[in-house]
Amino acid sequence: MNKTHRVPSSRSLSAVEVKSKFGAEFRRFSLDRSKPGRFDEFYGLLQHVHHIPNVELLVAYADVHGDLLPINNDDNYHKAISTANPLLRLFLQRKEEADYAAFGTDSLTRKKNTVLSAVLLRPDANKKKPPVIISLPKDFRPVSSIIDVDILPETHRRVRLYKHGQEKPLGFYIRDGSSVRVTPQGLEKVPGIFISRLVPGGLAESTGLLAVNDEVLEVNGIEVAGKSLDQVTDMMIANSHNLIITVKPANQRNNVVRCGGGGGAASGSSGRSSDSGASYYGYSAHGAVASMPTHIIQNFSAGELESDEDEDLVIEAGGEAEAIRHAPSDYSIPSVPRYEPHLNLRSHFSSAYSINANGTLHGSGSSGSPNNINANSASPSPDRAKERRSLEEDGTVITL
Amino acid sequence: MKRFRRHAHESQRERLKQELFHFNKTVEHGFPHQPSALGYSPSLQLLAIGTRSGAIKLYGAPGVEFMGLHDENAAVTQVHFMPHQVELVTLLDDNSLHMWTLRGHKGISELLEIGRFMLTGPPGAPPSVTSVTAVLAHSSGELLLLGTEGGHVFVVEVPGFRELEERNISLDQITNSIPDDYLGRRNLEHVEALVENPINPSQVVIGYGRGLMVIWDLEKKNAVQHLPATQLESMWWTEDGSHILSSHSDGSYCRWRVGGPEEEEEEEEKSDIPYGHFPCKAISKIVQLPTEEGPPFLLFNGGMPRASYGDRHCITVIHGKTHVALDFTSRIIDFFVIRSGPQHTGDPSALVVLVEEEVVVIDLQTEGWPVIQTPYLVPLHSSAITCSHHVSAIPLKLWERIITSGELQNAHYSKKPWPIMGGQNLAPDPPQRDLLLTGHEDGTVRFWDASGVCLKPMYTLRTATAFHTDADPNDNMNPSAEGEWPPFRKVGCFDPYSDDPRLGIQKIHLCKYSGHLAVAGTAGQILMLEPNDEAAEHTVETKVVDLLQGQEGFRWKGHTRLNVREDPVEFPAGFQPFTLVQCQPPAVVTALSLHSEWKLVAFGTSHGFGLFDYQQNNNVFVRCTLNPSDQLALEGPLSRVKSIKKSLRQSFRRIRRSRVSLRKHHANNAAKIQEANARMEAELAEMELAPVQRKIEARSSDDSFTGLVRTLYFADTFLSDSTHHTPSLWAGTNGGCVFAYMIRLPAIEHRADEPVTAQPAKEIQLMHRAPVLGIVVLDGHGAPLPEPLEVAHDLARSPDMQASHHVVVTSEEQFKVFTLPKVSSKMKLKLTAVDGSRVRRVGVAWFGSSRTEDYGESGLVVLTNQGDVHVVSLPHVKMQVHYPCIRREDVSGIASCVFTRQGQGFYLISPSEFERFSLSTRFLVEPHCLVEPPFHSAPLSQHQPEPDGAHRIPQDGEEAESTARSIMEHALLNDEKVLQEIQKSLEGDQTSFLENSMKSAVA
Repeated sequence: MNKTHRVPSSRSLSAVEVKSKFGAEFRRFSLDRSKPGRFDEFYGLLQHVHHIPNVELLVAYADVHGDLLPINNDDNYHKAISTANPLLRLFLQRKEEADYAAFGTDSLTRKKNTVLSAVLLRPDANKKKPPVIISLPKDFRPVSSIIDVDILPETHRRVRLYKHGQEKPLGFYIRDGSSVRVTPQGLEKVPGIFISRLVPGGLAESTGLLAVNDEVLEVNGIEVAGKSLDQVTDMMIANSHNLIITVKPANQRNNVVRCGGGGGAASGSSGRSSDSGASYYGYSAHGAVASMPTHIIQNFSAGELESDEDEDLVIEAGGEAEAIRHAPSDYSIPSVPRYEPHLNLRSHFSSAYSINANGTLHGSGSSGSPNNINANSASPSPDRAKERRSLEEDGTVITL
Repeated sequence: MKRFRRHAHESQRERLKQELFHFNKTVEHGFPHQPSALGYSPSLQLLAIGTRSGAIKLYGAPGVEFMGLHDENAAVTQVHFMPHQVELVTLLDDNSLHMWTLRGHKGISELLEIGRFMLTGPPGAPPSVTSVTAVLAHSSGELLLLGTEGGHVFVVEVPGFRELEERNISLDQITNSIPDDYLGRRNLEHVEALVENPINPSQVVIGYGRGLMVIWDLEKKNAVQHLPATQLESMWWTEDGSHILSSHSDGSYCRWRVGGPEEEEEEEEKSDIPYGHFPCKAISKIVQLPTEEGPPFLLFNGGMPRASYGDRHCITVIHGKTHVALDFTSRIIDFFVIRSGPQHTGDPSALVVLVEEEVVVIDLQTEGWPVIQTPYLVPLHSSAITCSHHVSAIPLKLWERIITSGELQNAHYSKKPWPIMGGQNLAPDPPQRDLLLTGHEDGTVRFWDASGVCLKPMYTLRTATAFHTDADPNDNMNPSAEGEWPPFRKVGCFDPYSDDPRLGIQKIHLCKYSGHLAVAGTAGQILMLEPNDEAAEHTVETKVVDLLQGQEGFRWKGHTRLNVREDPVEFPAGFQPFTLVQCQPPAVVTALSLHSEWKLVAFGTSHGFGLFDYQQNNNVFVRCTLNPSDQLALEGPLSRVKSIKKSLRQSFRRIRRSRVSLRKHHANNAAKIQEANARMEAELAEMELAPVQRKIEARSSDDSFTGLVRTLYFADTFLSDSTHHTPSLWAGTNGGCVFAYMIRLPAIEHRADEPVTAQPAKEIQLMHRAPVLGIVVLDGHGAPLPEPLEVAHDLARSPDMQASHHVVVTSEEQFKVFTLPKVSSKMKLKLTAVDGSRVRRVGVAWFGSSRTEDYGESGLVVLTNQGDVHVVSLPHVKMQVHYPCIRREDVSGIASCVFTRQGQGFYLISPSEFERFSLSTRFLVEPHCLVEPPFHSAPLSQHQPEPDGAHRIPQDGEEAESTARSIMEHALLNDEKVLQEIQKSLEGDQTSFLENSMKSAVA
């Protein structure tokens, strides 16, 4: 993204070429890059140039990576304008024609430009293959998360795997082994439990947070030291619906790095961690070409760890099946309260997106897990984050 | 303030816990696993058995039991009581000698090790010089003669184990004192046997492996006589001192005349190969005992013709014209003969034989030499134990009926009382009659009196008689054909071979009030039995119940149903079957419950469960629990897929275990570091070769055997609404599913004709899907519902039906309390998620406080796969106490565990032994016995060594002297004060000695 388009961008700094496509019709016009205006003005302009004043539209554009991204608010509109180089290609659709209209104006689709534009242009093809939808964060179902980053040593990682309601197997094996510990008497070999194998396509593998030869230190907050392999196996299985394992990764290069003593600001520390997390995703993306990981960094209170969501199913005589919920605190991990509304989380989140943008989308789409499909729709907040990141990118472009 | 109060409450609870719970392993029942040595003290009338694991067990009168364990994990090779004393000496296969005593302490005796000793040879001598091969506990009670592999005889003073070097009999001394012509020919080899002259304690005969026997005078330190023979196995000095018998490796024995020293030329008086002509096996022990009138008894072990009967385990008894070869089913360890009379010098009265799997006692005074039934040391495993069931507090009436039936079965046993009556059983009479029922592989159910320290056999029920089996049941009973040689006679009850594995008993449920017994087996058979005091001939009503209920596409690949005998069968007195239910497919019955008040029996297999009305002989309903995707459940217990997987896993475990045990055997050598390195290397190599992996996967409904029914439970509780309680049946499956059925019983007067109906009421699928092991309903007070008919017999408080009931579901991972009738989770205790252990066994028990008579509470007793026992309170499911009980590697021990209603338990520590443990402070069954030192001998000065170190060797006049002394002692001991003084001095002596030996052990 540099020399090739720096030249045109410098040539026509002020004007943006717009090529807008609605059905089979094209309209071309230009906008002032420095004064793009607001989204609703732009929306009116589109309706005007296509002569479809009363048609509800979905507006999408192809970004620099060839992804189809939505324009539905000021932020992503501005970003679309600012990243145009120089041509801004727009794709308009009737809302009622789009199957996902029900998801509201906030939803957006992203697909690889080359493939998706073609799909979008043919409504029949569209029907055959429903587009992938990304919903609001609250509709996400977390698959895994790194937790307790701020209280654990850097060399350790606490990973939470959410098994509930999922068809995907946890998919890993553990074994006995020995690890070397530093003691006052010198190095000492102590027995330990290690991850021995990841099942391809399993939850453990798809998160990218666990790897072969990682040493298991704790299971749901209980140390495994002194326990036999069978005991640890049973503990993990007993906690399988909400498994939290603390590992010492075999590969210590991708550790979460914390800044020392940074004023206690959780956002600050996790901000850093999200950065490194991003680099981690980059690593995992080429390491394991699998479905999309959705990781959330969060801290849990002990109570939350304890909270358990095993709802036994009771069938009363002749009646309907009904799940037992005992205490009000006993909700099945809804994702919303688990999110911490820190900016860094979102930026972290967006970095997860970047992998998608880099082409793992197909993997997730074809894997067919409903979570992943859900995960592919989005909301304004990640969008804003996306914009942030792109702005930073812009910054680099400018300095170049 | 609040916190303070809670604190006080907690400490109060802690105190209460101490009053309620206490863990104790109390006694071992059954027959010691792998016995390796036998000893007997005629004066104490105590029998001692040493085992390969280093345990030593003493038995006297029923209830008199002692157990000791050597610190070394080495086999006990010899046990010798010191004559006329309470001490005994054991020799281990690591060549160490140990002195044990029965010390009186607070009115009861305890077995204590008071010293240990290892022979030390001259520096630089090869280890064989001091490797002990023969031990003679000298009748003086002060000397031990130790024959060694090198041919020397060492003399050691006991109990202090002081070597008396000047009295040792070295090989040189022997060779110098016998003619050269004999010695020139061969090496003497090791000392095979040492025998004392019964009439002259200063003479011993030393038998060397090569066959030379030398009569040695300990006083004069010279050889009296030498007797050349062939390869020696054992020797016996006849009671009158006139002859020596020697047995040899070629199956022969010789009788030698003992003459004065002047009779140099001695000839073999008699030599015989009893089972001769063809080569015979060695006679490893020979005994000859006189009778007052008539010919002596000659007993010997082995000597069978090698080719035709070399594999038999025989002891031959010859008395006059009677000649019997007692044919045992397992290897003979040792035997001894008990003699009658006050001094135990009379006629032989009983032959006691220790074989590898049992103790057999033969009555030698009754015509036909019948077997005396043993009151203890009974082989539990005469056929392998497949399940056990404990019933507490049996009503006297049923108890007596069982005993009567048992006596009828034991008609072939000798009427003579048990001959080993040493010690006094001081234990109070058991407070109640407890019954332990064991199911066996051959289809028998054995009833044991488990009330006290002795696990006494009461009655044996054979279920095989109801079926056609391949084998003729009378096959083994046939007496040997007339004129057969050798004249074999089968003895012993150990018979590990089962003709038909389908007969194996899997579940037992006895109702102690009605006497109804339900027994379920491997081929899906459920027999309903009731006691009958008379033998009766009748047919058994049979019903086949299809548990698949038309599920399509299933093919049972396991065994077929048992063939029922349709003709009337003669059943002996005792429990007689009246109804048989056969499951289809005939899979092993995995759960069984009997409700004698409702006359219903519920049974479950891996395919489903059913409810049977045994009054009307009608099946009430069947529920198939099979998961359609579960293929393994169809194939029966002999599934190939599973067995290969299993056997592989087992073989790996075995390899690992053998390494562990190898490690154990290595004592603390100097090469410890080297060993540790090797171990690490071995472990590493093992790890690389066979990485043991465990898959982490949530349980799913598709797992195999999710439909297997693990538990069944009857309860009268609230299922539909909170005002009407109804009979109900609860079932729990391997897949974490609980089914509850409401049962409608017709009114009592119509019970015989109106049908019993049932309808499904609840179904709970536990989210964690762990196998459900136990279900219990708690009444309004939070107490478990009483057993059927318990209230009717005024033996239990009727349950509280006012307040709401709860159901406690115990899965392998959690304890959960649900409300009733609306099922909602109320409380839970997670076990696996917290400490990684899983519940293997669960039972309900009542614990009484040790402080006050009237306080007690019920709790769940739990055994985990880690071998720990826990007590979980009811109804709050809080962990109360936990104790390590069984080694976690001991899978069969954990699987065999059974709990009693009073917080005790049993588990198999070996195929033949139950360990009894108790969690209760109030109910304890443990040995309480006293063994007093024999009066009639043992000089009082025995513990005060003479200052000059010279030892008085009893002379010929000893006999009369000692009797005179014993009379005097009697007089002394009748005086209370004198007795106390003696006791004190003895104890003081022993404790100081104990301290010394402890010091030396530390050093």
